[in-house]
Amino acid sequence: MLYQLEGSQAVARAIALCRPEVVCAYPITPQTHIVEGVGELVRSGQLGNCQYLNVESEMAAISVAIGSEAAGVRSYTATSSQGLLYMMEAVYNASGLELPIVMTLGNRAIGSPLNIWNDHADAMSARDAGWLMLFAENNQEAADLHIQAFKIAETLRLPVMVCMDGFILTHAYEKVDLPEQSEVDEFLPPYKPEFSLDPENPCAIGAMVSPNDFMEVRYMAHRRQLEACAVIDKIGTEFSAKFKRNTGGLLRTYHTENAETVVVAMGSVLGTIKDTVDDMNQTNGNGKYGVLSLVSYRPFPDNEIREALKNAKRVIVVEKAFALGRGGILAREVELALKGLDIEIVTVIAGLGGRVITKSMLAEVFRQPKGNLVFLGLKEDAIRQEYKTVLNKGGA
Amino acid sequence: MFQVRIHGRGGQGVVTAAEMLSIAAFLEGKDAQAFPSFGSERMGAPVVAFCRISEREIRSREPISNPDAIIIQDRTVIEPACAFDGIVDNGFVLINSPADVETNLSNARVKCIGATEIALEQVGRPIPNAVLLGSFAALTGVIKIDSVIKAINTKFSGKIAEKNVKAAQVAYERTLGEM
Amino acid sequence: MSSLTMGNRFGQHTTVQSSCDRPNTLTSGHRACQGCGEGLAARCAIDVAYTAAKGKIAVVNATGCLEVVSCAFPDNSWNIPWIHSLFGNTAAVASGIAAAFKNKGQADVRVIAQGGDGGTTDIGMGCLSGMFDRNDDVLYICYDNQAYMNTGVQRSSATPALARTATTMPNSQYSGSDPETGKNVPDIAMAHGIPYVAVASIGNLHDLERKVAKAINIRGAKYIQIHCPCPLGWGFPTAETVRIARLALKSGMYPLFEAENGVLVGSTPVEEQIPVEEYLRVQKRFAHLFGKNAQPENIGILQKIANRNIEKYRLGGMSDE
Repeated sequence: MLYQLEGSQAVARAIALCRPEVVCAYPITPQTHIVEGVGELVRSGQLGNCQYLNVESEMAAISVAIGSEAAGVRSYTATSSQGLLYMMEAVYNASGLELPIVMTLGNRAIGSPLNIWNDHADAMSARDAGWLMLFAENNQEAADLHIQAFKIAETLRLPVMVCMDGFILTHAYEKVDLPEQSEVDEFLPPYKPEFSLDPENPCAIGAMVSPNDFMEVRYMAHRRQLEACAVIDKIGTEFSAKFKRNTGGLLRTYHTENAETVVVAMGSVLGTIKDTVDDMNQTNGNGKYGVLSLVSYRPFPDNEIREALKNAKRVIVVEKAFALGRGGILAREVELALKGLDIEIVTVIAGLGGRVITKSMLAEVFRQPKGNLVFLGLKEDAIRQEYKTVLNKGGA
Repeated sequence: MFQVRIHGRGGQGVVTAAEMLSIAAFLEGKDAQAFPSFGSERMGAPVVAFCRISEREIRSREPISNPDAIIIQDRTVIEPACAFDGIVDNGFVLINSPADVETNLSNARVKCIGATEIALEQVGRPIPNAVLLGSFAALTGVIKIDSVIKAINTKFSGKIAEKNVKAAQVAYERTLGEM
Repeated sequence: MSSLTMGNRFGQHTTVQSSCDRPNTLTSGHRACQGCGEGLAARCAIDVAYTAAKGKIAVVNATGCLEVVSCAFPDNSWNIPWIHSLFGNTAAVASGIAAAFKNKGQADVRVIAQGGDGGTTDIGMGCLSGMFDRNDDVLYICYDNQAYMNTGVQRSSATPALARTATTMPNSQYSGSDPETGKNVPDIAMAHGIPYVAVASIGNLHDLERKVAKAINIRGAKYIQIHCPCPLGWGFPTAETVRIARLALKSGMYPLFEAENGVLVGSTPVEEQIPVEEYLRVQKRFAHLFGKNAQPENIGILQKIANRNIEKYRLGGMSDE
C-alpha cells in the first residue's frame, strides 16, 4: 500500500513487517527517528512479540543484538556516525561470530569537527568489518532493502548494514509502497538459526584461535563475502518478482548501453545524478551519459561492475567520503574492477558533511572534470586564504 | 514540477507544513517530496523546508533554489534568510502578515494574510502552518483545500486537528475572497 | 574424578569436589594455571547455577583469563551454552540473551554473565550499569582477582590499596596502588537498587554456592563478586590459594555480605579478626610493605580499611534492631 511517509518511519514500518524479536535503541542524529518509530510500533502493540530495549550506548546496542541473535532470535538496531565508531569493536565481533544482525546506518559525517549532516565517512570506516553493506537510493529502496537484508543475512549467516543517507533520506517525506504483512511473511520465513545458545543442545560460540588456524578462519570469511554476491542477486530478483519493484540486488544501470561516460555512485545522490544526466543527454542529443547505481558495496561486485562499464570511455565516481591523503575510496575499488580496460577514471568527492550537491555542479564536472580528483564545490578562495595565513605565521 | 520553499522559525511548524503539503499532493495521486533544511533545530532559529510536487517521479534531492512558490511563516526572516531569492517569474509569495509587506518583487504574485492571528483565533496557538496551507491552496490552486484538510487530519488528531482544519478553511475562504 | 589444580586439598568440611552428581559445567583439561582461584570459583558457581536452574543456563564470558583458558580452538571446556563476545560488553550481550529467551517464552533459562574485575569494574562498567538500570534478568558474576592477570598483572579499579602490579610498581618514592583510588562495585550495584547483590569468596565455598543458588532464583539483575586469589599475580605458592582467601576474610580485607534492593540484609561475621599483616605478609604484591625500606604507616592504612569494612558491612554481627 502507498504511503506518504518520512524515510525513518518507512524503515521503521518495514522493520516491523520483518517481525524482529529484539530491537535495541540508542539515539543518535540522524538515525533516531527510526528507533523511535519502531519503539512506537512495539509500545502500541502493532509489532507484537518483540523486546524493545533502551540501552546506554551504541556499544550496548550492538552487544545486546549479538546476545539475542546468539540466542536464536531475529535482532535489529540502528546507528549513525560516531555511534558506529563507538560500537566498532562489536561490529567486527558480530560478523566474526556469524550473527545475522540487521542494522540501519543513517549515514553521517565523522568528526572532529562535529558535523551531524550526511556523508559516507561512517560507512567507509566499517568497510572491512565483514558486514554486508547495502546502500539505498531512495526511501522506497531503504524500506525494501531491510526486508531483503534479513533474508540475505539469515541465508548467509552474516550481518547486514543497510545504509541510507542521513537527513536526505531519513528526514525526507516521500511516497513509499509498503507490502502487506502476509506478503512479507511469505518472502521472509521465521528465523531458524543453524546453531544458537540452547540448553537442550549446548554449543559454544566464540573461541580463541591460534596462529595455526586463524588464516583459515579469515580466508573462509573472505570466501563467504565472495559467495554473497550470488545470494544478494538472487534475493533481489526474488524480491522484484514478488513485489514488482526493482530495488536491491547488486547494482542497477541507467542508460549505460551506449554511454561514453558512466557516473558511478551510491545512495541518495543518484537521483540528482540521473536528473542531471537526463538533461545533459537531451542537450547533447546523443545519449552520451549513463549511470551505475551501486547497491552492494560489500560484497563488492567486481564482475558485474566490469561487465556494466566495459564499453565506457570514462567513468566518473561520485563519492561522499575519501581517504585523507589518498583520494577516492570507491573510485579505487571501481578502478580495480576495471583493471586492464582502457577507461579513464575520475574521482569526484562531493557532499562532505552535508555540502549541497546540485545538478548544475554535477553537470559542470561531468562535462569537463578538472583533473582526476575533484572536490565538488570546494571553496578554493578560502583554502588559498588559509594557506596565506599559515605562511604569514611562518608555518607550512 | 511545482517547487515550494517555506521559511520561518523553529517552533512554528515549518517542517510540518512542508510535510503536510507533500501529503496533500500525495493524496491527489501526485509525487511529492518534502524535506527540511537539515540542522539541529532550535526554537526560534530560522528554518527552511522544501516541497516538490510533480506528476512524474521526483528524483533530484538538491535544495530548491528556484521555487515556484515561497511561504513566509515569519516575516522577520525575509531579510536574513534572503527568503525571496530565486523565485521564478510570476511565482507565488505567501506572507504571514496582517498588513501588506513591501517586497520589491516586480514579477511575483504576492499575498499577505494574518495567519498567526487566524491561528490564535481558531486554534488558540500561534502556529500558522495549517492556516497558510489553506491560503496556499486558494492562492496557487496547486492543491485542493480538501487535500489540505485530509493532510492536517493525517498529521494531527482530535481537537487540534479539528481546529486546524477550521483555521485552514477560514484562510482558504478569505484568500479566495480577496483574490 | 577430582581436579588436582582446583583445590581438592581443603579437607572434608568443604564442598564436594568430586561426585558423579556434579554437573562439571567446566570440565577438566582447561588451561588455567596451577592453583587458579578463578577456575575454582567459576567451576563452583556455574555448577551450582546449573543445578539450581535444572540445567537451563546460558553463560556469557568476558575476555580474560577464564575465557582464554577455556575456549582455545578447537576445544571448549564448557558443557553448557556458552558465548564469548568481547571484553567490555559482557553484561549487554547477557541482556540480549535474556531478552531473546524472554521473548521465546523460555524465561526458565537463567542467563549468567561472568568476567574478571578488569572486564567488570573498568571496561565493562557502562554495559554493567545499563544492565542494572534496565533490571535485566541476568546474574553477573565478577571473579575478582584484583588486577588484569591475563595481560600480565596490571592495576584495575579493583586493585587494593598499596598493592604492587606491573603498572603500580613500588619504588623508593612510591608504595604501590594509591590508597585514595579504587572502586567499590558491590556498593555501586546496590546504589542501582537491583534485587540482589552479594560478595563471596573461594575461602567460603558453601557461602558462595548458597549465594549463587539464591541469585539464580531471583528475577531481575543480580551481581555477585567473588574474591579469587591469583598465585601468579599476587605472588604466593600455588597450594595456598584457598588459605589466602580465608586470611582475607579473617582479616576483614574482603567483607562477605548480601544486599537486597539496595539494602544490606546479611553479612558473614569475622569471629576473631586477625591483623592484616597475616594476610599481607604471605603475598609478594605486598612485600614492599615489610622490607627494609618499608614505611610503617602503610600497614596502618590497610588495617584501617579492614576495620572500616567490618564496621560498614557489620561483620561484627548484624544488630537486632
